[in-house]
Amino acid sequence: MAEIKIENLKYRYPDTKELALDGITCDIKPGEFIGVIGRNGSGKSTFCQSLIGLVPNFYRGAYGGKVFIDDIEVRNVEVDELCQKVGMVFQNPFNQVTGSKLTVYEEIAFGLENFGIPRNEMKKRIDDALELLDIAKYRDRAPFDLSGGQMQRMAIASIIAMNPEIIVLDEPTSQLDPQGSEEVFKAVAKLSEKGITVIMVEHKIEKIAAYSDRIMLLDGGKLVAFDTPQEIFAREDLAEHGVVAPVYTRICKDLGLRVPGTDYYPVTLDEAHKLLACK
Amino acid sequence: MNTIEIKNLHFSYNAGEEILKGLNLTIDERSTAIIGQNGAGKTTFVKLLKGLLRPTEGQILFNGQDISKQTVATLAKDIGLIFQNPNDQIFKNTVLDEVMFGPMQIGMSKDKAKEVALKALDMVGLKGTEKINPYDLGLSERKMVSIAAIVAMDTKVVIFDEPTIAQDYMGKKRIQAIMKELQRQHKIVISILHDMDFVAETFDRAIVFAKGDALLDGDVKSVFKEKDILEKAYLEQPYTMQLCYELGYKEAFLNPEDFVAYKKANQ
Repeated sequence: MAEIKIENLKYRYPDTKELALDGITCDIKPGEFIGVIGRNGSGKSTFCQSLIGLVPNFYRGAYGGKVFIDDIEVRNVEVDELCQKVGMVFQNPFNQVTGSKLTVYEEIAFGLENFGIPRNEMKKRIDDALELLDIAKYRDRAPFDLSGGQMQRMAIASIIAMNPEIIVLDEPTSQLDPQGSEEVFKAVAKLSEKGITVIMVEHKIEKIAAYSDRIMLLDGGKLVAFDTPQEIFAREDLAEHGVVAPVYTRICKDLGLRVPGTDYYPVTLDEAHKLLACK
Repeated sequence: MNTIEIKNLHFSYNAGEEILKGLNLTIDERSTAIIGQNGAGKTTFVKLLKGLLRPTEGQILFNGQDISKQTVATLAKDIGLIFQNPNDQIFKNTVLDEVMFGPMQIGMSKDKAKEVALKALDMVGLKGTEKINPYDLGLSERKMVSIAAIVAMDTKVVIFDEPTIAQDYMGKKRIQAIMKELQRQHKIVISILHDMDFVAETFDRAIVFAKGDALLDGDVKSVFKEKDILEKAYLEQPYTMQLCYELGYKEAFLNPEDFVAYKKANQ
C-alpha cells in the first residue's frame, strides 16, 4: 500500500528547450485507479517514467521538484531498488521483452529470478499472472512468436508477477482487440481493488471514464485538471487540450441530459442508458 | 477498377498449424476494415497481400494477375503496407530520407522522390521534421513517418496495420482524413483495426476474421448489428451502437451525431 506525493515536478529532457513536465503537484492515495489523458506530447509517458525514476535517473536532463513513493524520494534511489515497489508496463511490449528468454513462462520468471524469489513462490506468482491475463495457453511459446496483443499481455503479466504496490501502465491496451482490452481493464481494476495503486495512460476515453477513480488531464507538461471522470468530462475546454469526452457524454450533452441532481453529464454506458431509458 | 481476389487461401507458419484456412474474398475500391481477435490471422493476411509471405495453397490475384508470380520488389509499385510497429519499417537516419527511400526504390528520380516525400510529410502533419532522426520522434509521430513513407509511393493499394495505435484524437482524425483522400484517389484502402468507432466512422466494409476465416463480411452497419457474432470474435459494437442496443432500439446508429439527430427528430 503505497502513497504517491508529487511536489512541483519539473523536467526537461537533455538537449531540449521546453519542459516536458511543468510544475505538477498532486497526491495519489493507495489503491486509487488513476487515468492519465492528454494529447500526444502532453507529458503522459514522461510523467509515468518519473514515477519509476527513469526520469531523471536514466534519461538525465534538468529536474526540479520532488516525487515521493511513501517516504522514498524517487530521484535518490536506483531504478532497480524502486522496481519491486513500482512496476511499469511500457507502451510498446518490444521495449520491455528481454529478448533472451525462450518461452513466455521464462520471460515472466525473469524479473522474479533477478530478485531471488523462492522457487515455489515464483511458480505460484507466474501461474496466477498467466491466469489473470488469460495467456496460460501460450506459456511454452516463444515471446516473439506471439501476436502484438498477446505480447502486451505477457508484458503486463511479467510486471504483475513482481507484486508491485504501484503499477504504471502506458497505453497498455493499444494493440489489443476490444475484448482483450476490456479484459486488461478488468484485470487492472482487480489489482486496484486489492489495494494496488494504478496509474494508466490511455486514449480509450470511454474505458478510462468507466474505470478511473480520478483522471489527470495533462497538456504541455502541465496538470490542467485532476478530478473525477464526471468533473473532467463536464469541462468546456477539453477540445483546447486535444481530448474529447466519451461518446456517452457527448450524446447526453447534445441532448441536454444531466445526471439528476448534479451538474454532470453521464460518462459511462450505464449512466447514459439509465437516463435515456427514462426519456 | 482495382481488385484483389483471394481464392482458397491457406497459410501456415508451422506444418499442422494453419493460420488461414481457405479464405475466399474479393476486395474492391470500397474501403475495407479487417477486424478480429488478436492472433486471428489479420497481420498474416496482409503480409500475404503484400507478397512478404507466400500462400501454402490458393491464390491472390491483383487485377487478375497472380501475385505469387511476382517478386516483392515488383509488387512494391502496386501494393503498399504500413507495418503495425513503425520500428519494423523505419531504418534511415532522417525523416526525409526514410520517406524518399520507397519512391526511389520504385524508380522515381531523387528530385521527384523529394517532392512526393515532402507532400506526404505535409499530409501526415510532419512538415518541418525532415532532418530529424525518426527515432527521436515519439511513437505516434514515428507511425506517421511510416504512413508518409508508403503514401509517397503512390501505390494502387494501401494497407494499414493498426494505424491508430498510440494516436490521440487529433491523430486519429488525421489518419481518417488520409484514408478518405486515398479513397478519393480510387486506391484500395485496407486497414486492420481494433478501434470499432474508428471503423464505423471511416470504412464502407468490415470483414471479421476468426480462426483463419472470414466470419462476417458486409457493410459496416450490417456487420456491427451482429452483436452475438462479434462477441464470439472478441469484438464489440461501436459505443453508440452499444447504447442503441441497451435501449432496445430497432434502428442502430454508428456514431453519436446520427443518434442525437434521430433523438431530436423524434422528441
